[in-house]
Amino acid sequence: MTAETWAIARFTVLMALIATAMVLPPAIGIGWLLARRNFPGKTLLETIVSLPLVLPPVASGLLLLWLFGRRSPMGRALDAAGIEIIFTWKAVVIAMMVISFPLVARSVRAGIEQVDRRYEQIAATLGAGPVRILRTITLPLASRGIAAGAVLGFSRALGEFGATIMIAGAIPGQTRTIAVGIYTLVETGREEAAWVLVLISAVLAFGAIYVSNKLIEQGARA
Amino acid sequence: MIALSIDITLRQDAFVLDVRDSASVEVLGLSGPSGSGKTSLLESIAGIRTPDRGEIIVGDRTLFSSQRRINIPARDRHIGYVPQDALLFPNLDVKGNIAYGAQGAQGAQSASFESLVQILDLADLVDRRVGMLSGGEKQRVSIARALMTRPSILLLDEPLAGVDRERRDVILPYVLRIRRELRVPLIYVTHDEQELRSIADRVLQLAKPGSGREN
Repeated sequence: MTAETWAIARFTVLMALIATAMVLPPAIGIGWLLARRNFPGKTLLETIVSLPLVLPPVASGLLLLWLFGRRSPMGRALDAAGIEIIFTWKAVVIAMMVISFPLVARSVRAGIEQVDRRYEQIAATLGAGPVRILRTITLPLASRGIAAGAVLGFSRALGEFGATIMIAGAIPGQTRTIAVGIYTLVETGREEAAWVLVLISAVLAFGAIYVSNKLIEQGARA
Repeated sequence: MIALSIDITLRQDAFVLDVRDSASVEVLGLSGPSGSGKTSLLESIAGIRTPDRGEIIVGDRTLFSSQRRINIPARDRHIGYVPQDALLFPNLDVKGNIAYGAQGAQGAQSASFESLVQILDLADLVDRRVGMLSGGEKQRVSIARALMTRPSILLLDEPLAGVDRERRDVILPYVLRIRRELRVPLIYVTHDEQELRSIADRVLQLAKPGSGREN
């Protein structure tokens, strides 16, 4: 394995870890909201949450490119604050977050829905408020669903291609991930290096699926 | 002794529960066939279920009144509720379960952990995981957890239902002990006549599918 492919693999895993860590809090919030609360516009929120799952990732990428570009108000505000996103590692993380968000949120939601509500009701009779109930009862009892969602989101982030190439590009040593690397290496006639990346991604994918299956198995036994 | 005044209507599916009773009690026995709404009534008092109309007054506190638009949330009611299946939190050990109620205690003054462990004979169980307890042990832990909040009244939903007939003596003495030593008023649900007579100083009989009439 060359230093280049090794660096690409390390970079991709690091970005996917950051993206997973950052996607978990909002995914837990939205997952809880969808599992435990009824409110007007719930179906709309559900649809929006699932959108990146069905939208071509390249389309999500173009939307992100516009959102963080200087033509949008948010992009201009970031620019004025001197924060650069597009074509940096931050863009890689954002692309991974957006694409893996639906998988994590749906898995968290399913995990929370499996928690018997009567535990939460009993906790309330013991004087616990909503935040304490969530922290001490709901989330611990849904921890397997949350962990499975994190592994799933991490795996999806590792393989992210379409949105990444739109807003982060394929800059060697700066934004080049495994998936983007395989594509650009083949394009530039360096198929051998591309095969090494294929092998690395197969090993990572195997590991992630193995862990997630183990979690599900333990959940079934508990 | 605590003054209880219950006058509620609760509809669920085709079933209508109508209860009207008012008395000062130490132990109110609640009896009736399955499906007569005993658990629904307890859940209404605990604040887990909202009646369609009526009023629930425990001691000098109105917990629910449809007319006056009062519906105190479960966490502010200070009602100890022990469900039929004990419902111990599976992610906490016995000690964690009992201590859970300490933070929400009435007047920020929780009952003493040690005295409850002693009264309910839980010393050997405190470090166990809840999955390793027998039905009777789960009930005792659930009772201790509810008592930690210093509730103004303790609701017990058929605490002997999950316990073998021969081992029933393992719980009843503890319930009597709570009544005697802690002086916590009780509402005790059962459909066993003998059990009722041994514990209740007043009995509310729920008919199916009907209205609460007193014996």
